[in-house]
Amino acid sequence: MNSARTYGLLLIACLTLSFGLAANLQPQFVAWRGSRADGDVFKILLGDSRKLFANEFFTKADAYYHSGFYPTIFDNNEAFKTAHMAEDTGAVGSKNHGEEEQFMGPPRDWIEAFSRNFLPDRHTHLDEGGPAADLSQSGSVREILPWLKLSTDLDPQNVQNYTVTAYWLRERMHKPDEANQVLLEGLRANPGSCDILFELGRLYEEGYHDTNRAVNVWLAAAKNWQPVKGDDDTVAANNFIYEKITMQLGEAEYDAGHWQAAIGWFEKAKTVSRTPEVLQERIAAMKQKIWGPAFEPPLFIP
Amino acid sequence: MKNIFAVAGVVIKELYRRKDFYVLFIVTILICLVMASVNIFNDDKIVRYLKEICLLLVWISSLVIAITTTARQIPAERENRTLLPLLAKPLTRMQLVLGKFFGCWIVCGLTLLCFYIFFGLLAGSREHQWPALDYFQAAMLHWFMLGMVVAMTLLGSLVFAAPSSNSTICFVVVGGILLVGRHLDQVALTLPEPARGITQVIYFSIPHLEIFDTRDLIIHNWPLIPWKFWGLALLYALAYSSVFLAGACLAFRRKAVN
Repeated sequence: MNSARTYGLLLIACLTLSFGLAANLQPQFVAWRGSRADGDVFKILLGDSRKLFANEFFTKADAYYHSGFYPTIFDNNEAFKTAHMAEDTGAVGSKNHGEEEQFMGPPRDWIEAFSRNFLPDRHTHLDEGGPAADLSQSGSVREILPWLKLSTDLDPQNVQNYTVTAYWLRERMHKPDEANQVLLEGLRANPGSCDILFELGRLYEEGYHDTNRAVNVWLAAAKNWQPVKGDDDTVAANNFIYEKITMQLGEAEYDAGHWQAAIGWFEKAKTVSRTPEVLQERIAAMKQKIWGPAFEPPLFIP
Repeated sequence: MKNIFAVAGVVIKELYRRKDFYVLFIVTILICLVMASVNIFNDDKIVRYLKEICLLLVWISSLVIAITTTARQIPAERENRTLLPLLAKPLTRMQLVLGKFFGCWIVCGLTLLCFYIFFGLLAGSREHQWPALDYFQAAMLHWFMLGMVVAMTLLGSLVFAAPSSNSTICFVVVGGILLVGRHLDQVALTLPEPARGITQVIYFSIPHLEIFDTRDLIIHNWPLIPWKFWGLALLYALAYSSVFLAGACLAFRRKAVN
């Protein structure tokens, strides 16, 4: 009996000691600068490799956007370099080439020809109704959202996750409030990101029909934009978003009847555009509207 | 046939006694229910991620049950010294192998039935539609694919020394076929000879289990597979199962039973 009592008391003593030690150490550990316990489970578990998983889930979302008709690493993915779900938002420049339907190529043998009867066999987009090609089911695009959310949780610094998620929430799900929350969360993780600010402006313009607020956000985006140095893709992507921002600002000024200001924004867009001649034509047309048909547009030198 | 089904009946009874199926089934249900409770942008119609997770768990669970149940059948009879009395009765070695095969295959079928009913209920509760024919096609293809795996494992249990090594080798082979089997011919084209030739021989000789993996069609609500190709796939599975079973019968004929 004595021995059982002793063991019981020892157990209680150990538990008390453990609890006291934990209560003492926990605040010190939280305050410690080297602590990784910042509440992000993925960061603790995966470290920087979580970005790799985040990319995988982003690609998974695009595969869902195609209802599973998607190239593997063994197929020709030239037509899928840029995720179509991102490309269709209009806020991302495309790097895709080639035929989307033909990434598998012709079957090389009877086994492959036979196995294709058991795989998704045509290129479709969920926002166009998916395999059923039923436009009334365009809301099925919601199916990409869980993977985008997971990708965002894993890599909060990837701004494309936020912009793509917000676009589909606004455009097809008609959930501007949720889209707003996603973008604000993105801004908290990536302060001053022009991509997120651009999408936020579009949300205010198209989701809430609040042009003044949209223009303010786009102005902030234009102010935050900085030219970058690096490979062609990085520069092109950076220029593309600036072109989009300045074009939106130009359109907003044009609609408000501030044509001079609009021309100013289109001129800025022209400096980074891949098709400056199209913008030049528009600028010339506007100048003719302002100063009359006698106005001679200056010669365009790209 | 009577003897074969008597042996198969014993294998099925073993399924009731063992905990493998119950554990895997409950774990699948719990994971799916937890995943279903996740709130994604206040939209309760999102279902395909759930279908994907559920089907992945069904595939993993069914492969675990098929391989582990089959791998221990004949070695366990030998270890328990019940193999000799079994064969002393009017039961041939071929009947024993076939009985074990059918027993394990029916066990897989019963397991799949439970899993697919749960899957149908889960998907139906969100989608409000019951594509029963699609599920039937997918479940039958899945079951026949497991038939090939069971036959292959049965052959392995007569070739390899221990059930553990047999199970491991079967898991590696089945996993390898499911992941890269379809692309081996493409990989072969990038290799120099003789590696190219060897890879192509492997490609044309392995059972292409990945053909039977129609999860993408089910998840994304694609139309039914043409019945002609579906039937041909079942015949393909039966052919490979027969080859493995013939191999198992041959191997068992020369095997010492004590």
